[in-house]
Order: sequence, then structure tokens, then C-alpha cells
Amino acid sequence: MLDDTDRRILRQFQAAPDLPGAELAERAGVTPSTLARRLAAMRDKGVLRGTRGVIHWPALGYELEVSLRVALDKTVSSAFDEFIVAARQVPEVIEIQTFLGSIDVRLAVIARDLTHYQQLYRGRILTLPHISDIEALMHVALVKSDETVPL
Amino acid sequence: MIDLDDTDRALVLALAKDAGASAGSLGRELGLSQPACWRRIQRLREAGVFRKPRLDLDLGALGFGVTVFLGVKLATKGRVSLEDFERAVSAIPEVQIVEHVLGAFDYRLRVVARDIPDFERVLRRRIMTLPGVGRVEANVVLTEERRPGPL
Repeated sequence: MLDDTDRRILRQFQAAPDLPGAELAERAGVTPSTLARRLAAMRDKGVLRGTRGVIHWPALGYELEVSLRVALDKTVSSAFDEFIVAARQVPEVIEIQTFLGSIDVRLAVIARDLTHYQQLYRGRILTLPHISDIEALMHVALVKSDETVPL
Repeated sequence: MIDLDDTDRALVLALAKDAGASAGSLGRELGLSQPACWRRIQRLREAGVFRKPRLDLDLGALGFGVTVFLGVKLATKGRVSLEDFERAVSAIPEVQIVEHVLGAFDYRLRVVARDIPDFERVLRRRIMTLPGVGRVEANVVLTEERRPGPL
């Protein structure tokens, strides 16, 4: 399990994942060699899987992001698997979550503009198998997105 | 908007997997010299292709067993400013993502908690007491995958 030092390191690291090691060590109150050893141990244990770059899609011309909330036809036992396999084939789908709740699956879909979104929605999304209901939330503004955890 | 060639696209994908990869090692993989690779990475960063990177942590191993997506509808628009709601909800440590959306809800939130009772505590004490909160819908995440996107 993690001790207080590990948690302190992760707390500082998640707040600034692009910080140089020396500065991270200073913020976490450990020596650079302790930092390197602790991070290596957490990687070995699989607690720390890596540092992911987060693509800012509007900079690449994808101005629109939509959350599609999907209910599936659960009378078909293979509905989840077949829907997800098909959704993976749509390159503009950047996230897939499945849920316990009033909706079954969420797809995050990006598009260049409304015309492109309309094409995707009609040509690639509504044609996915076993959809019983689908509802869209259009993203207006990302207010908080750091995805840190309260360690 | 920045134009990408095939090498740039490969670089964006590689940095999305490992934001800390060095220009030297990425250059070796892609057949570029270290300085040429570094210049391309700089150009991508300056064009705003990346947001702040995020740590990929095994939340279960850290004691966070539950992730919940919430849809929040404001009850008293006009009386409570969106800024007040956004400031208050962003200050909750368990809330990882706050996004202003258009559709059946006004905001979508991503919340982490230790377990379902802990989530209920966050929901009742922190979220339901926010200024202006109306209808809230909770969906517990069972599985999640992030896709590479249309590059």
C-alpha cells in the first residue's frame, strides 16, 4: 500500500504532470533520488500507469464535441458487445463508457462543424446496432478538467 | 488550425500515450534526428495541440472504487449565476470534470468516490447543496475506454 510520502508525491505530480523532476521533488518535500525510487515503485505496482498527453481537438479543426447518451435494446443479450465493437470503428468516437443507471452507454464524439456532425450522426451513429434511445448533450465549455483525485 | 503530415500525426499519437517521451526516443522511432523531432514537438505545442497532461492512475488501487457521471439541471436560472455554480462545483475535490452542456442537462460532472456510501455523502452534502441545483441524474461507470481519435 501507499504511505504518506507516496500520496504527497502523487498529489503534487497529478497537479502538475509536466513538472521537471527536480521541481516535483522539491514540492513533494523529498530528495530527487527518493522521488525517482518512489515513482519507479509505484509504476512497478501498476498504481501509476503513465502520463497521458491530452489532445486539444479544436486546435486540429474539431470544433464540436457531443456526449451521446445511449439506451440499448436489452432484449438482445449481445447488445452491449456488438454496439461497442461497432462504435470503436467510428474514428470520431473518442470515449466509450458503459454504466449502471438510466443510460447504458455514453459516446463522446468530435466533429469539425455542425454539417460534419450531422453527417456522422446520420451515417455512422444512428446506424450502430441495438440502439433503443439516444440523446445528445452538446459541449459548450469545459469548466474543470484536471481529473485529479483527492489523495 | 495547424496542418499535420503523417509524421506529426504519429508524434501526436505517441505523445498522447506517453506525454513524457523524449524527443530523442520519439525521433528514433520515427526516423528523425533529435533536433528535428524536438522542433516538430515545439511546433505542435505552440499550436495548442495539447492540453495539460494527466496522470493515468489505477484508481481502484488508490481506494477510489467508484466513478459516477452526473447530469445536473439548474432549478433557478436567473437567480443564481452560472459563475457561482461553476465556482462552487469546481471547488469540490471529488469532482474531476465540469462541463457546461446544451440539452436535457445544463452541466455534466465526473465524480470519483471511495465506494457507493462515500458517493452518496458527496452527492448529498456537497452537490445537492450547491446554489441553484435542480434535477440530478447519476450513472455509475462500469467500464471506460479512451480512443485515439481521428488522426
